[in-house]
Amino acid sequence: MRKGQYRFVAGFLFVPVALYVIFVIWPYIQTFGYSLTDWKGQSQTFDFVGLDNYKALLRDDVFLEAIWHNILFLVFIPVITILLALFFAFMLNAGGRGKAGGVQGVAGAAFYKIVYFFPQVLSLAILAVLFNAVYRSDGGGLLNGALIKVGLVDADNPVEWLNEPNLVLWALMVAVVWQGVGFYLVLFSAAMQSIPKDVYEAALIDGASRNQSFFRITLPLLWDTVQTAWVYLGIVAMDMFVLVSSMTQNMGAYGGGPDHHSDVMSTVMMRNFLYYGKSGYACAMGVIMLLLTLVLSVVTLRATRRERIEF
Amino acid sequence: MSAPIKETIPAPAGRPVAQAPVRPGDRRGEGVVLNVFSHGFLALWALLIVLPLLWLVLSSFKTDAQIGGSAFGWPHHWSFDVFSRAWRKGIGDYFLNTLIVLVFSVPLTMLFGSMAAYVLARYRFWGNRLLYYFFVAGAMFPVFLALVPLFFMVKRLDMLNTYQGLILVYVAYSMPFTVFFMHAFFRTLPTAVFEAAVLDGASHTRAFFQVMLPMAKPGLISVGIFNTLGQWNQFILPTVLMQPQSGSDPERYVLTQGLIQLQQQQGYASDLPVLFAGVTIAMIPMLVVYLSFQRQVQAGLTSATLK
Repeated sequence: MRKGQYRFVAGFLFVPVALYVIFVIWPYIQTFGYSLTDWKGQSQTFDFVGLDNYKALLRDDVFLEAIWHNILFLVFIPVITILLALFFAFMLNAGGRGKAGGVQGVAGAAFYKIVYFFPQVLSLAILAVLFNAVYRSDGGGLLNGALIKVGLVDADNPVEWLNEPNLVLWALMVAVVWQGVGFYLVLFSAAMQSIPKDVYEAALIDGASRNQSFFRITLPLLWDTVQTAWVYLGIVAMDMFVLVSSMTQNMGAYGGGPDHHSDVMSTVMMRNFLYYGKSGYACAMGVIMLLLTLVLSVVTLRATRRERIEF
Repeated sequence: MSAPIKETIPAPAGRPVAQAPVRPGDRRGEGVVLNVFSHGFLALWALLIVLPLLWLVLSSFKTDAQIGGSAFGWPHHWSFDVFSRAWRKGIGDYFLNTLIVLVFSVPLTMLFGSMAAYVLARYRFWGNRLLYYFFVAGAMFPVFLALVPLFFMVKRLDMLNTYQGLILVYVAYSMPFTVFFMHAFFRTLPTAVFEAAVLDGASHTRAFFQVMLPMAKPGLISVGIFNTLGQWNQFILPTVLMQPQSGSDPERYVLTQGLIQLQQQQGYASDLPVLFAGVTIAMIPMLVVYLSFQRQVQAGLTSATLK
């Protein structure tokens, strides 16, 4: 390579790399260091405390409960979202009346795809306001209002969706699934459409039913995409900050109520950082979140590993 | 990489039934039952998406008392006054703040991301692979890992609660995906065109801006939509970085932050119509962008996951 090229390469890389190192990489690395200190964040003075923060985390009931809530999200959000999305994607791409070969979408598939996907472009803040209104704890809430109308709920005693310890996590999950299904539907649709039609036609000639063609052809050929969706939804489930912090009641700050029944790792971390000013402690939580995310990715990729099917 | 999103296979409308090939084991009966069933489900889910949104927009025309009373009342009087009230109460400012940040952050993201991706994709030099993985690795880590040091980094640069601070942070955090995506794109571009440009005397910089970048336009559009939506909807970074630092500091909340702020104020002074009007105002640009670029939005966002 000529000398001028080196200068060109260096010149093009300088600003992007500098920005990336200063605002992303260096903070990532610093977190590990800060997590070993008792930094309060107010001044530059702090002491090295070794693993004390991590030991304290193991005794922090709020954080441990938060991890448990994240795990619940981790199990249910991907399962429900992926099942619904797969079902809809199959309907829209191959669910049509299969007279001409069984590989066409139902009528109006394009329209459904547009409508279903729309929540995905709405910000989580809008989602939070919307579902707060839906879950209102009196007859003015869409859900309570509807249930009162059909007589399932007593008008004088409506359900406090976001204040019931046993309901609040599910209420949050519904919001996430509501937003996410359309996205994964489109993702799966793209994968389904890259499956050659003659595979289906061959199966039809062999007398496969619709269920058989789904479970024997579509799903195996889609497995890579499902795996990706799982990891991606797992990351959503590990976060949940916006919805929990803005939809549930404040325990000090950043949501998590009632009585920490909806706290997740991210809200506990933000509360410790911005409200209690425990920066070092919050960094330790960040490190735990990273470890759990990595474990999650590795486990998902291992557990769902299949032989790759070429077509 | 991602499979291109193709048109939905069109259902052959009005195909005469008589022409349907009759095969052994024809399952027309199953088809009808399943079709009613599946159409029911599909329509139900569509309603579940549309109704809450419509209901929310409708609610902004109601009064506070009416909203609290029953979920299903029709607004008594249709007045757009509430929208201007919401605009004055902060939505206008939040909107403007978001816009100011995005006008700079999205083009800069695209420019710097493309520059880095281009060099990494098309030039051989020592450490190329390493640098590429270094960029892409950023997408794997949760943003929460960096939040605390990031806050103090921006503070040390004296950029807390400033537009330029948030812009730089947005650009930096959009880098992993942008580099990843554009890297794949630049690799597919033909070398011949580039060589012709160089033979004609174009410098490397010129060849990039006048030949390669225009050729990468489809990729730029996809990743541009992805970045615009991502930065428009960003919440955690502004929550940490855009808080007034003292009493005299101006409030520079972005739209998402402002909506949550408005929502949390509901506890003190109830003015729900204003909140709902604010959400409606925030939704309209998204709806317009989505409906006009629906295919590109879906392609851009889904390709983000297919890593």
